[in-house]
Amino acid sequence: MYKILKAELLADKIYLMDVEAPRVAKSCQPGQFVIVKIDDAGERIPLTICDYDAEAGTVTIVFQCVGESTYRMADLKAGDAFEDFTGPLGCPSEWINEDIEELKKKKMLFVAGGVGTAPVYPQVKWLHDHGIDADVIIGAKTKDLIILEKEMEAVAGNLYVTTDDGSYKHKGMVTSVVEELVEAGKQYDQCIAIGPVIMMKFTCLLTKKLGIPTIVSMNPIMVDGTGMCGACRLTVGGEVKFACVDGPEFDGHLVDFDQAMKRQQMYKTEEGRALLRYQEGKTHHGGCGMCGGDE
Amino acid sequence: MAVKRDRVPVREQDPKVRATNFEEVCLGYNEEEAVAEAERCLNCKKPMCVSGCPVNINIPAFIEQVKNRDFEKAAQIIAESSSLPAVCGRVCPQETQCEGKCILGIKGEPVAIGKLERFVADWAREHNIEPVPAKEKKGKKVAVIGSGPAGLTCAGDLAKMGYDVKIFEALHQAGGVLVYGIPEFRLPKDEVVAHEVENVKKLGVEIETNVIVGKTVTIDELLNEEGFDAVFIGSGAGLPKFMGIPGEQANGVFSANEFLTRNNLMKAFREDHDTPIYRGRKVAVVGGGNVAMDAARTALRLGAETHIVYRRSEAELPARVEEVHHAKEEGINFHLLTNPTEILVDDNGWVKGIRCIKMELGEPDASGRRRPIAVPGSEYEIEVDAVIMSLGTSPNPLISSTTEGLEVNKWKCIVADENNGATTKEGVYAGGDAVTGAATVILAMGAGKAAAAGIDEYLSK
Repeated sequence: MYKILKAELLADKIYLMDVEAPRVAKSCQPGQFVIVKIDDAGERIPLTICDYDAEAGTVTIVFQCVGESTYRMADLKAGDAFEDFTGPLGCPSEWINEDIEELKKKKMLFVAGGVGTAPVYPQVKWLHDHGIDADVIIGAKTKDLIILEKEMEAVAGNLYVTTDDGSYKHKGMVTSVVEELVEAGKQYDQCIAIGPVIMMKFTCLLTKKLGIPTIVSMNPIMVDGTGMCGACRLTVGGEVKFACVDGPEFDGHLVDFDQAMKRQQMYKTEEGRALLRYQEGKTHHGGCGMCGGDE
Repeated sequence: MAVKRDRVPVREQDPKVRATNFEEVCLGYNEEEAVAEAERCLNCKKPMCVSGCPVNINIPAFIEQVKNRDFEKAAQIIAESSSLPAVCGRVCPQETQCEGKCILGIKGEPVAIGKLERFVADWAREHNIEPVPAKEKKGKKVAVIGSGPAGLTCAGDLAKMGYDVKIFEALHQAGGVLVYGIPEFRLPKDEVVAHEVENVKKLGVEIETNVIVGKTVTIDELLNEEGFDAVFIGSGAGLPKFMGIPGEQANGVFSANEFLTRNNLMKAFREDHDTPIYRGRKVAVVGGGNVAMDAARTALRLGAETHIVYRRSEAELPARVEEVHHAKEEGINFHLLTNPTEILVDDNGWVKGIRCIKMELGEPDASGRRRPIAVPGSEYEIEVDAVIMSLGTSPNPLISSTTEGLEVNKWKCIVADENNGATTKEGVYAGGDAVTGAATVILAMGAGKAAAAGIDEYLSK
């Protein structure tokens, strides 16, 4: 069992947890992810690593409630435990293997969308620890969905926060901030964009135009996370890749985002039904036309 | 003296009934049936069956004890050679191994060695016959990577010799392909697999799940930091293959691995488990091996009309005859000498059909099987809403790519000595599908056994 040491609500339906997992904490690197399973009946859920502490033996995860399984996770408290917690999975960010002096010469721009701020954090922190200050844009629909702003401020060079509705700081999509920064004369050698697929798609369309190489982190449907099932396959530059072992980070200018968005719809109906069952429990007595309870 | 009569038939669930449930198809022998079948054994002076068994079970000796109704003794004889008899009795291709060599098979039907092995193993479980751990410890530690048939066998043998053995399993449950791959209706998980895993633990073997060697920890760390004296790699062949035809990324196209893992390991067929599975109304399974039969029979049980599409003819089907027979009985449609050329996709990205071309057999190819050749102009479409690709698997490179000095061949299979499992890295042994590519449970067990002997020799120097 993997004990939850801290469970915290970061924003509406977005939770942060510190989990005791010494082996994972010891091997973690920026760019990687974990798979958790609540209990015997649970799904294997791939999740972002937000932080890790090898000495304390803990890994920090951040997740958003979207389906039955993540709602069930949100009900867990400090002192509870996950039955399974495995990783780190996927390849670490490629740039961590670059010569550090060469890396220091590069201007890096991170674009984080919503809960995608969580996997961006360890990357920016790693750079900060190695004496590199990267620019970071955090974007969310509205003020209440901005997460980890203070934490990011402590490790980023310049931090730009934007909301779609203008309820906090800058108003507009993350892409508008990228455009403004470049128009103001900023030059970037590398962009790393992590967030909803649609946001990564539009960021990549823009950075391609601007000529900024861009890495994205894909989070498709997965089962085992070790290359066995192929559920997470994507088309990158015309080739089939498995996000779990070949990624999750890819050259954003080569990813087929439209296909990735379609593939994410695969279990939406089943997930919707399961969520309804979980949320309404015994109080649901049909009428939805879906569950068969009316018959 | 042996009794001359026909092979005792084994009871099975009615095909119509079993097509709608996940209960075991084969019901096995009862005591009377087992004894009657055992009486057919000629107890040959030079038993060919033993040489046909990859782990060399003393077959005539255990059958003799079944004849004598000393089932406990029979179980002990099997246990000398095999740690997983209840599994082997169910999934070994006996017809090409032990039973394929049985003298009775020349003129009639061979002794049902597999069914007798299963009977003995089930009897031992039902009567709580437990394995006995080694009395003397060697004081040396061996790490085993993977808890499938190769790993469990190697670990069990080493533990019996007195080594401290720890298995590292990447998934959350031990058993490897026995758990994620082979369906419940051929190999019950709780009753049979979990019990055999428990028996290996009773020999003193420790199992740590959720450890992905190559990611969570490396082989060098196991040897240099965690104090293991040797390592056995039994990580299997887990990477699925796809055809590379148009439409393969559509929603509703799965690898057999994904479909079976969702159903078997994650128990998606059960209402009380969270993992979803796409059931499909009409499903095409591409391939003709045991895994293809497993996927097709699973899709059928989940409620779909199911079609097998295979490019060679029935004679070349790599699946066991028994599996093909069961699949047909249950109502699966076979499209033989047929090869998919494209998966047809609707506007929303979902599968709506599969375009196939008829094949004919030409000259034998490198595999010795006649090569299928497309018949021009013979394309046709089958309307389906799901396609399951069952084209074989290859070894996972997670370990080989993170272990310095471990040689692999061009198929990414680990290079290992067939006789003792030794790899190109000192103290590191390997066996099973990780070495051979996808093969059978029993061959993996044979390799695990040979490697256990190899490791013992290495650590006894």
